[in-house]
Parts: sequence; C-alpha cells; structure tokens
Amino acid sequence: MRPILMKGHERPLTFLKYNRDGDLLFSCAKDHTPTVWYADNGDRLGTYRGHNGAVWSCDVSRHSTRLITGSADQTAKLWDVKTGKELFTFRFDAPARSVDLAIGDHLAVITTDSFMGNMPTAQVKRIAEDLQDQTEESALVISGITGRINRAVWGPGNRTIITAGEDATIRIWDSETGKLLKESDKEVGHQKAISSLSKSLDWSHFLTGSLDKSAKLWDARTLTLIKTYVTERPVNAVDISPTLDHVVIGGGQDAMNVTMTDRRAGKFEAKFFHKILEEEIGGVKGHFGPINALAFNPDGRSFSSGGEDGYVRLHHFDPEYFNIKM
Amino acid sequence: MPADAKIRWGELEEDDGGDLDFLLPPRVVIGPDENGFKKTIEYRFDDDGNKVKVTTTTRVRKLARARLSKAAVERRSWGKFGDAASGDDASARLTVVSTEEILLERPRAPGSKADEPSASGDPLAMASKGGAVLMVCRTCGKKGDHWTSKCPYKDLAPPTDASDTPPTSDGPAALGGPAKGSYVAPRLRAGAVHTDAGHDMRRRNDENSVRVTNLSEDTREPDLLELFRTFGAVSRVYVAVDQKTGMSRGFGFVNFVHREDAEKAISKLNGYGYDNLILHVEMAAPRPT
Repeated sequence: MRPILMKGHERPLTFLKYNRDGDLLFSCAKDHTPTVWYADNGDRLGTYRGHNGAVWSCDVSRHSTRLITGSADQTAKLWDVKTGKELFTFRFDAPARSVDLAIGDHLAVITTDSFMGNMPTAQVKRIAEDLQDQTEESALVISGITGRINRAVWGPGNRTIITAGEDATIRIWDSETGKLLKESDKEVGHQKAISSLSKSLDWSHFLTGSLDKSAKLWDARTLTLIKTYVTERPVNAVDISPTLDHVVIGGGQDAMNVTMTDRRAGKFEAKFFHKILEEEIGGVKGHFGPINALAFNPDGRSFSSGGEDGYVRLHHFDPEYFNIKM
Repeated sequence: MPADAKIRWGELEEDDGGDLDFLLPPRVVIGPDENGFKKTIEYRFDDDGNKVKVTTTTRVRKLARARLSKAAVERRSWGKFGDAASGDDASARLTVVSTEEILLERPRAPGSKADEPSASGDPLAMASKGGAVLMVCRTCGKKGDHWTSKCPYKDLAPPTDASDTPPTSDGPAALGGPAKGSYVAPRLRAGAVHTDAGHDMRRRNDENSVRVTNLSEDTREPDLLELFRTFGAVSRVYVAVDQKTGMSRGFGFVNFVHREDAEKAISKLNGYGYDNLILHVEMAAPRPT
C-alpha cells in the first residue's frame, strides 16, 4: 500500500478520530488548530481556529455536526463541523485532556489535569441541542484520582465512565452518582502509565495501551482482563479493528531519545496483532518518530496513524490484508 | 466593440493591447490518460505582474470502492474553511501520496516455516559464521532446536528486554553489561552475541549483490524474492521503479547472505526465461565508495 501523507500540523500529533460514516478524519496536534480531512484521499477540508494551546483530544457527534476538543489552554470547545465556527467554550482551571461524547451526544466527559494544586478530575457536561441553553455547569465531577487521567470514556449504555491514566489503574465509575464501582487488578493490570484507551464497536470490551510496553484487552462491564499483547516499546496509541479480529498498537521510544539511536531501533511501527490469538500479524513502518495516535476507519478498510514527526499517514489496506490467515 | 462582449483574440493587438493584458488564456485540462495523469495548465500573474504559466500534473487514482452514505456524499460538497479556505493546499503539497511502497511486514513470510528469521530482527545477526547451526537460542543456549522467541525456558531466564532483537538503548543491558548510563557501542553491548559476525557479513553482503536485468515491467519485489529465495537466504530485494508510472524499470538487485548462493543463482538464472523475457543475471558492480 502507498500511504497518503498529510502534513497539516507543525507539531506532534496527539489524537485522531474518524466520524461514524468514516468519510472525515479529525486530527489534533500540539499546534493549536485541530484539522479535518477527507478520509479517502486525504484532502484537507478545514481547520478549527480558536484554541490557544496544544489540543489533546477530540470527539465528533454521531451525525458529524459537532466537534468537541480538549486543549491545554484550559478550555474545551464545541465547534460546528461544517464551517469551523466556534460554538461554545467550557472553561476549566486546569488543562483539559480527554473528551468523549456519550451515546446520544447529550453528555460529554472531559478530564482536567492536576494543575496549580488542583487534583485531576473527570467532569460530565451537558451538551444542549440548542446553543442558547448551553451552560458551563458540570453535571458530575469525579475526583480523587492521583496522577493525570489520560483517557475517560463512556461505558456501555452511558451507565458508567471508564478512566485510565498515569497511575496505571483503570477505574469504572457510576455515571449518575460518581461512585467508584470497579478498579483494575494491580497484579494483572498495567505496571506503568496508561497512555491510550480505545473501545470496541459494540462497547463490550476496550483496549488500553501502556508505557509498560503492553496493550491489554478488558471487559467493559466486569473489568476482567481478557488478552495481553506484548511489544518491545512503550505503547502510545491503540485501536481495535471494527471488522476483523485485529488490533493495532503503536508507540516507540521516548521522543527525547529518538535522535540518539538509529531509526530502526526506535521501532516506530504500527504493529498489528490478532485480537484473539495475541499473535503478531505484522508491522507498518513509515514514521520518523513515535506514533502518538492511531485510528481505524469504521469501514475497516483503512487506518491512519499520527506521529511525533507531525505527519498523519493514511493507509488503505491492500486486498491481501483481508486474507491473512493465522 | 462594447456591443460585442466577446473579445476576439485576433483583435487584441490592434486595439490598445496594453489595457487588455489583464486577460489570461483559459485553463486547459488534459487527460486523465490511461496512466491516470491529468495535466492542468493555468495562467496567473505573479507578484511582479508577470504572466506565469503553471502546469500541474496530478495523478488520478481510484483508491477503493467506497459506499458513501447520503450525509457523506453531501459532506463531499462542503466548502473548505479555516486555513484550508485559501485553497493552496495542492501547491503546498500538504497531502502527498508516498512514493514508497509500504508493506504490512509479516513477522514471518506467509506460508513459510516457523523457523525462518523474523522480519523485524536482522536476519544477518541470526546467521552464525560459516553456515554452521543457524538456530541458536539465546535464552537457554540450545543449538538447532528452537529460536529464542520460542524458547520453552523463557520464563526461567532472567528478564531481558531484548528477547529476539538486538538490544536497543532503552533495553537495559542484559547479563553483566557495564554500568548503566555509560555509552556502550552497539556491537560491544551484552546480548549482541553475533554482532561481530554480523558486522563482517554486512560488509561482505554488499558484494553478494546480484544484478538482474531485462525484467518484465510488472515484476515486483515479492516476485523476485519468490524466484531467488530457492537458492538461499536473501537479505534484500530491490526493484527499480519509475516514480511516475509505478512500473518497474526493468532491473533490480537481490542480495544474498552467502556468496555461494549468489553464484548458484547466477549460474541457474542467467538466461532463464521469466515472464516472456530472458533474464540477465550477474554479480553487481561494487558500489563506488
């Protein structure tokens, strides 16, 4: 396959997200402008100007009308996908990191970092259908976690919120009361900070990637460990194939050490593993720095990766990919 | 003249031509031809007011059969906004198709035996000297039984980060390495058992390069690998490809791990009929250094 290289960002990529139809790809980077691309040919559709800091993550509504972004400028913003117009700003007293829209797009969970003595939190905001009714109030604030929350997502049926972060523990919270329901087992769980979390299509299980050089598959209701995929470098990004029993895992050594070693030693590959057999299927090379973001197209025919090198690489799979036998 | 809004080119000179200089010839689109190349010729004024002809060659490719939803089709016609609105994305080469063919590299070639050296590791590092027993387990030291990654005693061995690849700087030096933190040359690092041999071989390997010419246009690297692997371990296959058309330029190189294999391949394949052409196989001239 010949990947399409998209050089719209000046700084390292942080997050990639496809819309549900799989025709748009949203990219976030440490420069201040999230960008939307056509996911088939990689043409740039537009940029969302207004943030004043690194943008850490984004989510798009089911009908691709609204985009929500979380940024280090201590805000999360709602955007009109079509025009790039800023619709609303949620202000926080700390950098916003992870954003995730619930089913129905009426709720969003946004995490804030610990900053100036504030504890990290995960906050639930209501998203009003009519902008006039939109408020900044939090419907729920989850706190009491030490260490940054790198990812917070909605659990099955919006009933729970799943958080994962620097303390290597995955927690499931009640999304109504904010009560802690479950905590991942320290013995079998990750040993180092969890960098990424990705849900399966049916929300029944999810995949976490960690700096302990492994990715783990968990049941979204019971929080039991299902599978472990071991690689030889820290994992920064993970995703689950929507059509095949594949998972993709990306990472690489710390960006600060990159210049000190050979490119091959960095292992900046996106590694494909068989979801059930835990066996490696193959690797896709190309980035000149660690992979920070990975996303499968919802049709399962392409995937994109974003790297510390500022490039988004969009790969359309060769037909052979679909016939791989393990 | 004002009555006839259409300006005739022939009359331009006769009229006060200076005033009509702002007129630019219309945009011309040629193609796409059978290779998918489309040529667009445009004229514009540059900053100094000079007329500039801009020829853009683009390649039109169908990437995949896409079934788009109604909403997605509508989104296709959305206007660009933000930084993309200025519309110079194409000239800024913001989105380019990689010239490099990237393959999903299998840890082992499909259909091959499990004991072939993994693609992620350096196959040369695996091969020990003089074609003796190639398969050595670095965990338990057993020869010819299994590879390190398949070692049944893996759990008993002291944990090393570099299980089946040469150690990298982020893996702590295994087994009696020098003090952590100080720089150690890669070939002196603990765990790099075969590096000396590997180093020799890599140098020698350049000489084991076989040049293959008179290849048919649609020959690809996997085809060449298929053809040559029967003669011995192949470390590199390269087919020169025309950047524009993506077609093979008709020659390529195959590197063998062992010189004998290269010679064997030359004796067998030189003059061999492949894809209705007769191959010409010879030792590649050493690279000028």
